[in-house]
Amino acid sequence: MDAKISFKLNGKNVSITTDPLRRLLDILRDDFKLTGVKEGCSEGECGACSVLLNGKIVTSCIIPIGAVDGQEVMTIEGVSATEGGKIIVEAFADGGAVQCGFCIPGMVIAAYYLLSNNPNPTDDEIRLGISGNICRCTGYDLIVESIKLAAERGEKIWKK
Amino acid sequence: MVAEDISKAVRRVDAVAKSNGTAKYVPDYDFGDCLWARMIRSSIPRGKILNINLPELPEGYTFVSYKDIPEGGKNYLHMIATDWKCFAEDEVRYVGETIGLLVGPDKTKLEDLLEQVKVDYEEMEAATTIDEGVACKGGAFVNDNNIHCHLKLEVGKPDEAFAKAAKIVEETIETGFQEHIYLETNGACCVPEKNGEYTVYASAQCPFYIRKSIAPLLNISPEKITVKQTTTGGAFGGKEHFPDVLCGPLLVAAHKTGKTVKMIFDREEDVEFSVKRHPSKVVFKTGLDENGNIVAMDSKVYYNVGGYLASSFVVLQRGCFHVTGCYEFPNFRTEGFGVATNTFPSCAFRGFGAPQTLFAIETHMCHLAEMQGLDPLEYKRRYFIKQGGITSTNGKIVERVMIPEMLDQVLKASDYERKIKEYGTGKGKGIGISFYNHGGAFTGNGEQAIIKGKCKLRKYKDGTVEILCGQTEMGQGFHTILPKIAAHVLEIPIEKVIFDDPNTSRVPDSGPTAASRSTMIVGELVERAATLMKPRYDKEEEFEVMTEYEHPEGYPWDQSTFQGYAYLGYGWGVCAVEVEVDPCTAEITTKGVWSSHDCGHLIDEKIVHGQVNGGILQGLGWGSTEVLENVKGHFKQTSISSYIVPTSMDFPKQGVYFVENPYEWGPFGAKGMGELVFNGSAAAYIDAVSRAIGKRICSIPCPTETVMNYMLNGKDIKEAL
Repeated sequence: MDAKISFKLNGKNVSITTDPLRRLLDILRDDFKLTGVKEGCSEGECGACSVLLNGKIVTSCIIPIGAVDGQEVMTIEGVSATEGGKIIVEAFADGGAVQCGFCIPGMVIAAYYLLSNNPNPTDDEIRLGISGNICRCTGYDLIVESIKLAAERGEKIWKK
Repeated sequence: MVAEDISKAVRRVDAVAKSNGTAKYVPDYDFGDCLWARMIRSSIPRGKILNINLPELPEGYTFVSYKDIPEGGKNYLHMIATDWKCFAEDEVRYVGETIGLLVGPDKTKLEDLLEQVKVDYEEMEAATTIDEGVACKGGAFVNDNNIHCHLKLEVGKPDEAFAKAAKIVEETIETGFQEHIYLETNGACCVPEKNGEYTVYASAQCPFYIRKSIAPLLNISPEKITVKQTTTGGAFGGKEHFPDVLCGPLLVAAHKTGKTVKMIFDREEDVEFSVKRHPSKVVFKTGLDENGNIVAMDSKVYYNVGGYLASSFVVLQRGCFHVTGCYEFPNFRTEGFGVATNTFPSCAFRGFGAPQTLFAIETHMCHLAEMQGLDPLEYKRRYFIKQGGITSTNGKIVERVMIPEMLDQVLKASDYERKIKEYGTGKGKGIGISFYNHGGAFTGNGEQAIIKGKCKLRKYKDGTVEILCGQTEMGQGFHTILPKIAAHVLEIPIEKVIFDDPNTSRVPDSGPTAASRSTMIVGELVERAATLMKPRYDKEEEFEVMTEYEHPEGYPWDQSTFQGYAYLGYGWGVCAVEVEVDPCTAEITTKGVWSSHDCGHLIDEKIVHGQVNGGILQGLGWGSTEVLENVKGHFKQTSISSYIVPTSMDFPKQGVYFVENPYEWGPFGAKGMGELVFNGSAAAYIDAVSRAIGKRICSIPCPTETVMNYMLNGKDIKEAL
């Protein structure tokens, strides 16, 4: 049975009447046309569909929309418009982090979550921070370097 | 003004849109009022279809099968061979074979209907392994021997040499299935247009392949179908021919319904029901003289092709051409067999047949050395091929071979010589090394005789230049590489060069984005076109130039006998891997990975660096954790949680090195490298693991459980073969 679900999406209050068991991923992509959120595995393993739920990184393919009522969701569209998000996107471009790109919005979310909680991570902490995000193209090395670059460039923002 | 070295990294043109989520992949397009399609697939590996029981279909829902192919249309997909059917008719040859499509407006409803479809079969005994295929288990279903394709190569006089050998040893090396796991699953959409024309949107490597492959279904000319590539989220060969398997049925469905029809695979169906890397078995027979030197080598190369041949003969050829690796043997023979089995057909995967035989020769060479108590590196050194050396096809190596220089870099970076002595064998630590190459572009004169690649450059009034060719960006960086080449020649900013995803109605066919040919061949076409454009650039407002591939003269190739110069430019690689094995749990920690590559001159050092990192990691996955078992025709691992690809935690940061060796006929001296970088890391890893545990390893993948098994029950690394 449909239910009205209200939540904050990329800083705006939204509501939708729908089956509360539908996946957050489908709501974001199909109803709100936020197609930067990618579907990679449908089982919470690859991280391509990562979003921030109340500031914490989650895989939107295994979250029913009913669980989001009254919560706050940030997608890549929202994150990449923030000051920190812009720094990560630029660092990814300059650092050679991007190849096919399908995992990258999720990687940007993971990097944003990591740097927001650990402004000055070591290589190992970065690797741990993106270990829930599968990339098949890059071998991760240049993603790690790019996140280091974003940490340096955004020093003041991350330490806030 | 001296132009800046083209190697200097620039920012990839696609990086920002892919990072902020604005790049549109095929699932991201809104095709408006479209129908969705789901595949009805065979659930058995071999048998006859007796009956297809469909539920009652609501208004607007349709079943599409071979019966919907119009008169004159052909029920096949043209993927080099034409044996792979678009829709099964009365027989099925593998689990997952397309029987039909269910098409309708609501995805959820389609799912319900799909579950109600019941197909009755008369099941037959299936052959799923190479051995079962060769033994014709259940009766041959291809020719009278289940051999789809076969070839034989000979260098020198192997029979005479074997007769004189002091000792002859035999060994079998095997490799398993590998799944591509491009992060974006397969997807396509077919839109019917006016006048019996169609537009296909697809996540694909080769738009021109698609229209050629599927046009015969409707008995129309390929030009009636426009294929538009959408931003493609990885491919690795898995979107070279396989998109035809989606686009063919979608074309028939669009023809039948007159509506736009879209199909996106979910991950489970993409893993379970898509092409894979060919499993292989290479049986070596090697003749040694009294000093342990190789006097003759014979190899039988078996590839598990699956139910249909499709592109596999070409894969097998490349496998056989590369079975001598980076070595020159005076007397040599190889025989290749493409074996028919009742598994999902295997197809292109980064390396296209070369990785399997390269793994085999590297591993066999190590074992030949170890059993004689020799250092594998020293033993391999005796046979390194050089410029002018005779290849497996009786051609010669045209270019300078820089293996010694590359080896020096890797030895130094990895501290190999100290470690190999210190670690010994069986003491829990190991370092391994491998040598590999990859022939760039299509074999022999295929670029001129078969592909006939063409490329156009168009200058516009405002000074921008558009590159028109069929090459695709799938992550490897080609949207940046080609404009960079054109901009460099024309001495204009890269921002002034446009290069869009190809649309087959707008661009000439420059050949597939495959075979490590795009930079080497099409890059050269662009370089030449830009050179032609340059003197006219300031004088003329709008004009076009076109270039066509011409093969250098003096390097003959006979495609009927596979004799001559198979490749004019090889990429070359050396890779070292260091591991530690936990003596209790058999868990392996990789301590270091170092490589050096010869890719000619680098067009963009950062893009090439990224390719090296990704290729090496994919090879390490193939050698270690990427277990893909086929049980009675069904793949057992069907998701990212059960099919284990490397994460950021599994392997350390790589040491990446290059040598400079410009290629005479490549743009700015560049050679192919996208596949090369996959070809060697598995062998280096297995060499390291087997030294660490002191046991001989003859097959991959080799996950922890298998390592444990070798530790408990394996043969000593020094045991005689």
